[in-house]
Amino acid sequence: MAGQLREYRRRIKTVQSTKKITKAMELIAASRIAKARARVAASRPYAEEITRVISAVASQTTIAHPLTTERPEPTRAAVVVITSDRGLAGGYSSNALKRAGELVELLREEGKEPLLYAVGRKAGTYYRFRGRALAGDYTGFSEQPSYSDAKAVADALITAFTTPTEEGGVDEIHLVFTEYVSAMTQNAVAHRLLPMVLREHDEPPAGGPLPNYEFEPSAEAVLDALLPRYVESRLYAALLESAASESAARQRAMKSATDNAEDLIKTYTRAANRARQDAITQEISEIVGGANALASGA
Amino acid sequence: MPMRVAIVSPEQEVWSGDADMVVARTVDGDIGVLPGHIPMLAVLVRDQTVRVKVGGQEISAAVDGGFVSVTKEGVSILAESATIA
Repeated sequence: MAGQLREYRRRIKTVQSTKKITKAMELIAASRIAKARARVAASRPYAEEITRVISAVASQTTIAHPLTTERPEPTRAAVVVITSDRGLAGGYSSNALKRAGELVELLREEGKEPLLYAVGRKAGTYYRFRGRALAGDYTGFSEQPSYSDAKAVADALITAFTTPTEEGGVDEIHLVFTEYVSAMTQNAVAHRLLPMVLREHDEPPAGGPLPNYEFEPSAEAVLDALLPRYVESRLYAALLESAASESAARQRAMKSATDNAEDLIKTYTRAANRARQDAITQEISEIVGGANALASGA
Repeated sequence: MPMRVAIVSPEQEVWSGDADMVVARTVDGDIGVLPGHIPMLAVLVRDQTVRVKVGGQEISAAVDGGFVSVTKEGVSILAESATIA
């Protein structure tokens, strides 16, 4: 009886220390969401201006630049998958990987050979375990990405994009990341980064009509210089969105873990109380029984 | 008539406000942009100082790489990295 009680107390202690960990992770994740959201907002002026400038250049010039022109017969496509470095974030990484899987399948059907770039330890392990060759593997910044992290990935992509296909380059760049909709909703999405998909100008773009630019030194040179900036800024935005989503997913997962731990503690406490009460009842009945035996014996 | 000037880096907007003139070095040479300049998009040289004149004062920013975009509304310096001196 006393043994049972001890066992319950031990379990309560274990669950309590787990709860402390999950609670701490929940709080950290919650504060990181806010931080990541603030950084998304801070990066927006640059990203919007770059996109606006590119749309303006592309709509004004007729030059065939690799940035905006579809290659005639694309045979290879880079797929960048953004996942987390650490687990304990619910379905966050597996959702992104599932979305990437669908995209890879689609690319194969279209006759393009997918080339994988894994961002985050989870994507790296996932593909290595399945024996897939990785063109790039980046880890260590999934929760708090900086612009130089985005630049490191973008550099590799641009090199691949500007290399002719026959020499191992790629014709297209796709990006799979997790969009932050709200604290409750995050969607794994796939976008094509390059060549750029230019929206038809049915409506005037945000911030008024596009200006009729003059280029210095030339439209081509400007586009050449814009290409890496565009890839970097899009990648950076995706990394930040993913970081916010990762933290939100982790906060949710850790919240339900904390709730479960609380339930367990409640159940075990009840069981422990019953065990203690049973032990006391038994002791009393033993004492009463013993006293009765003595009394009748005397 | 002042114009709207913004110096933005990928990570944040470094400076913005109304100014009278912007001086920057593009790959073709130094340019000074006054209000009412025609729309222009130019590539900036790496590692330079962009000067923004506001009233009698001058703000200098260390800018590395990027573009200057001049529109009717104002001037945007899109830098890879920028710091106000």
